Parts: sequence; C-alpha cells; structure tokens
Amino acid sequence: MWNTVFPYLLSGISVGGQYALIAIGYTMVYGILRLINFAHGDVFMVAGILMVYICASGIPLYASIPLVLAATAFIGFLIERVAYKPLRSAPRMSVMISAIGVSYTLQNLVLYVTGGLNQIYPTIPWISDSISILGATTKRVTVITPFLTLILVVALVLLINRTKIGMAMRAVSKDFETSQLMGIKINTVISTTFVIGSFLAGVGSMLYFTNYTTVIQTSGAMPGLKAFVAAVFGGIGSIPGAVIGAFIIGIMENIIKGLDVILFKSGILARPVGLATFSDAFTFALLIIILVVKPTGLFGEKTTDKV
Amino acid sequence: MNAYAKQKSRVPVILSFLIILAVYVAVFIAEQNLPPTSMLFTVLKKGATYALVAVSMNLLNGFTGIFSLGQAGFMLVGAYTYAIFTIPLSQRASVYQYFDGGIVQFTLPVPLAMILAGLVAAFFAFLIGLPVLRLKSDYLAIATLGFAEIIRAIFQWNQLGPLTNGSNMLRLFPNFNDFNIRNADGQVTVYLSTLIPFLISGLCIALIVMLIHSGYGRAFKAIRDDEIAAEAMGINLAHHKRLAFSISSFFAGIGGAMLAMYQTTVQAKSFTSAMTYEILLIVVIGGVGSVTGSVFSSFLFVACSEWWLRFLDEKQIIGDFEVPLLRNGFRLVVFSVIIMIVVLFFRRGIMGTKELPDLFRKRRIKPGKEG
Repeated sequence: MWNTVFPYLLSGISVGGQYALIAIGYTMVYGILRLINFAHGDVFMVAGILMVYICASGIPLYASIPLVLAATAFIGFLIERVAYKPLRSAPRMSVMISAIGVSYTLQNLVLYVTGGLNQIYPTIPWISDSISILGATTKRVTVITPFLTLILVVALVLLINRTKIGMAMRAVSKDFETSQLMGIKINTVISTTFVIGSFLAGVGSMLYFTNYTTVIQTSGAMPGLKAFVAAVFGGIGSIPGAVIGAFIIGIMENIIKGLDVILFKSGILARPVGLATFSDAFTFALLIIILVVKPTGLFGEKTTDKV
Repeated sequence: MNAYAKQKSRVPVILSFLIILAVYVAVFIAEQNLPPTSMLFTVLKKGATYALVAVSMNLLNGFTGIFSLGQAGFMLVGAYTYAIFTIPLSQRASVYQYFDGGIVQFTLPVPLAMILAGLVAAFFAFLIGLPVLRLKSDYLAIATLGFAEIIRAIFQWNQLGPLTNGSNMLRLFPNFNDFNIRNADGQVTVYLSTLIPFLISGLCIALIVMLIHSGYGRAFKAIRDDEIAAEAMGINLAHHKRLAFSISSFFAGIGGAMLAMYQTTVQAKSFTSAMTYEILLIVVIGGVGSVTGSVFSSFLFVACSEWWLRFLDEKQIIGDFEVPLLRNGFRLVVFSVIIMIVVLFFRRGIMGTKELPDLFRKRRIKPGKEG
C-alpha cells in the first residue's frame, strides 16, 4: 500500500512547492491591488520559454539562470507599468479584463516566437539526476523543491516583517489611500511586489519544467489557475496560507491522479474507472467548497463591507 | 400622449429594424450568388454564433453586473446536448465505436434539440448558481471559471462514455450545410446555410433585448448599479441573479449548439477558459452594456482573426522588399496588441452603452431644439 502511495505523495509535495512559488505572486498582488493577476501563470510560462532560448544561444548555465530570473522579474515590472498602472483609478473589472488581455498577448507572443511547438526544456545538471528514496525513483528536483520553497518563503516573510519596503507593503495592503497620505510611494511598492512575485514564479518555472521537460504557450494556464486556487484556499493576502494551500492542492491532485491505481491495488475497485480525469477538476471543486464554507480561506483576515 | 412620448420618436427604432432587415436580405442574396466556399460565409456563420454567446455574456457582465467566466462550460453543455440527440441512428455505431453505439438510441428534430441544449445548460447554471452566486466580483469570476473546468472534466470522463463518448469527438450530426434546400438529385437549389444561423441568433438576441427592456431587465440593471440600493427597493437579489445566470446560460447553450454545427465536430477539450476569455474580449471591445456593440464586435473579431488579418501570417513581398516579421502567428500578436490598446485606452469599447437606435437619436436631438 505504502509503496503505491509514496511516489504520488512525493511528486505531490514537489508540485505543491512549485505551486507555492507561483501562489505567492498571486497572493501578494491580490493583497495590495485586489486584482487577480491572470497574467501571472503566463509570466511563469514565459520564464520557461526564456530559459529554452537563452540556453540555446550558448550562454552557460551559471549565467543563464540568473539572467532568466532577472528577465522574468523585469517582465513582471513591465506588465504592471504598461497594463495595470494606467487603470489605477478604473473599476476593478477593467483591471481584471486588462490582466486577461495581457495573458492573451503573452500566449500569442510565445506562439509566434516558438511557432506553437513544444520546446524541450534544457536539462539543469545535478537537480535533474535520478535518485531513489525509500524505494521510489525520482528526479533530485522533487526532493529539493519543498526545501528551496521553504527557504525562499522564510526569506520573503523576513523581508516583509523586518524591512522598510516590507512595512510599506503591509501598510499598502491594509489601506491604500491612507498609506499614500503617509508618504509611501505606492508605485514603488507595487512594482516591488510584481518584481518579487515574478522572480519567485521564475524560480518555480525552473523547478516545474525540469520535471515536465516541455514548454508550450499554454503550459502556464493550468499551474497559474491552480496556484491561484491555492492562494484563495490559504486565505488570499496571507503568504503562509498560500504555501500551505499549494502543498495541500499539489498532494491531493497527485493522489487523485494515482487514485485508480491505489484503489485497484488495495482491492477496493474491481477495475480502473478513470478517476485521473478529475485531478484538475478536484482543485476547482475544492475552491468552490472553500469559497462557500469559509470565503476568507484558512488564514485570511475577516473583512466587513461598509455601505 | 404627453410631451415625453412625442419627444421619444419611433423613427430611430424603425430605421434600426430596416437596417437589420437589409442585412438579412443582403446575406440571403450574397449566399445565392457567391461561391459557398467564400471566406465571407465562414466569417458570417461563426460571427453569428459568437454574437449570440457574446450577447448572452453581456447580459450577465454588462447588464446584471455578475462577472462570470463560465461561458465556455455552458457552451460545452449545449454543444454536447445538441450533438448527442441529433446524431442519426445509422451513424451512432461508428461515432460511439468504443461504447457499442452509445445509450441514447433515438434522435430529436434539430429545433427541439437546440432548445433542449439551452434548457440543459440553464439547468446546469441553476445548480451552479445556488452556491456560486453568493460570491462577490472576482471570487465569483474564478468560481465560475472553476465550474467550467469541472464540467469539462466530467464530460471527458470515460465512465460517461456511452452518453458523451468520453474524450473522443462527437461528429456526423446535422450541421449548417444541412439547412440548404436540395432537389431530388442532391443539388442545392436554395442556399440557407448562413441565413438560418443568422435567423436563430437574431431571434435569440431579440429575446434577450426584450428581456432587458422588461421589468426584469430594469431589476438587473438596478442590481448592477448598486446591489444594496436594489435590495432596499424590494428586488430579490438571489432570485434575480439566479434568473439572469440561468437565462444567460440558456442562450450560451444554444450558442454552443450553433458552434457545434459550425465546427461539425464537438470535443470537450476545445472548450477551455481561453474560449471564455475570447468572448469576454469581444464583449469589452463592443462595449460592456451594449447589445449592438457585442454583435458588431463579434463579426469584427471573427473577420479579423479568420480573414482580414490572415495576410500577416504569410510572407509578403512588396517589389524586392520582403516585409520582416511576417510569419505564422504574427496575426495573433497584432491582434492582441490591438485588444490591449482598446482595453487600456478605449475602455468604453466601440459602442459604450449605446444601442443601434441611439445612433440615429443623437443626430436628431440637435434640430429637435427648434420645435
């Protein structure tokens, strides 16, 4: 039983870590701008494509990794400046539509550049080596992901709690207008948020695509949506919440992928029934349940609406 | 017969009717005279389909203020319902080849199947609406998007294969070309394959317009403008939202059935959230809150993406100069840039909240001052 479940659990933890890195970007942006940044999943995908092209141009790996991360962070910054900043005083719906437009644009741009073909992700040595733990064979990245995620999250939480820019972020997410009156440069804070979010999505994309090996223009959409669900699940605006939500979703999703095999082997099912079809759907079912039962998520703060 | 009634002249409305009638006549004449393979008809058929879906989305997003992203899911339900009940019995064995011919062993006439497509989509919407419509703006958007994904997964599930054919495609059901009237030799005597979708779509949009102008429509607009004020005026929020959601999905379902006819095949995996985004962008370009705008921009959107911007996808050589950048996919890049410009700088879209008759009214107001 354990031997059947363990590989799924392992890849669940790994995927969870990768979702967590994307989810942080969602939750930070939502905390500050009250905007679902639909383009975030596509930034994650663009990071993957950048890696493919930069490595293909012959730049060695130790230079290309920081280059990709910097470029991804810059893309995040650029998107905010071009597509969201002009709409600062517009209704929230317009900004969300703009985000959908950016997502559409990024996907089409990548479609144009790649010709719509699957791009093989470059192998990053060491982390893509095969190893075996407790009888399950997997890539080293699977084991590294959760630890790297936790290190980055701790660093981020320190940044938010201990530094001046972190304090500004907290202030802006509490009250946009008052913090502006207190002399906080809103635009700098928002840009920083996008830069951090995109940087983490870049790291996430390296881990994710090392596992999945191919990138195409639509590969960001699903992980993006799931990471958003994770952010809502954990309580939007809360970083630890997003991380825990992401791990739960990653693990559950992978268990469901293997549920047929697990139930079949343990004798509960007489034949496979194709439950793996529901691994994506499950995430959204979870989203709807949490929204209906506890709309603020696991760690979200209660808000009251004033008329 | 007070002064107000006199001032609001009927002329613009009559003019609008005449224009719409002229369009229908033009479509009919064009169809009899131009070769049926012309790109024009592809655009018109797909445009009519998208127009209906865009207007149904506008009913929610523009007139009721419910930001829903579930349209593709309801289209999927409509498309499948239509396809399942209209595949001819003789073809079922080949379509459902992995599932022993499927479990549905009867066919419905096309109009009945289309209405059923709408009803089933509306029923799904009613069920989904029970938990989801309590949510606010962006949570509602993401929850409806999630439901669309869940519906897509359910329809692909192998266990439902006898009904939905699993993840295999449904095909061989009656499509738009079957509306053409043929003589005994099988030759087409009257082409109707574009006019009929226009009529279906037009009829449905007319029903939506009538709904918007009814008491229910006014309640929807009140909810859009201010939920709390609307509730204080005695509008039952839950009831009206559910009504708007179900009606919108009913028409999205019929739109899905039309899309099935246009594509001649149906497969669940093509009804992704990208399709919903596309429809949302059509609504935005046309103007959120304008039926005319949605219809107009549907045709514009389809014409640009399928026809007018096609040249961007191929190498163009002017004299000795080869225009750079042009290759497969460039059309979509140009297209998305145009969309971003509309979204950022022309937020009201083509029509804002104006309708076709308003265009004539505006001009008539100025000379009206004299009298």
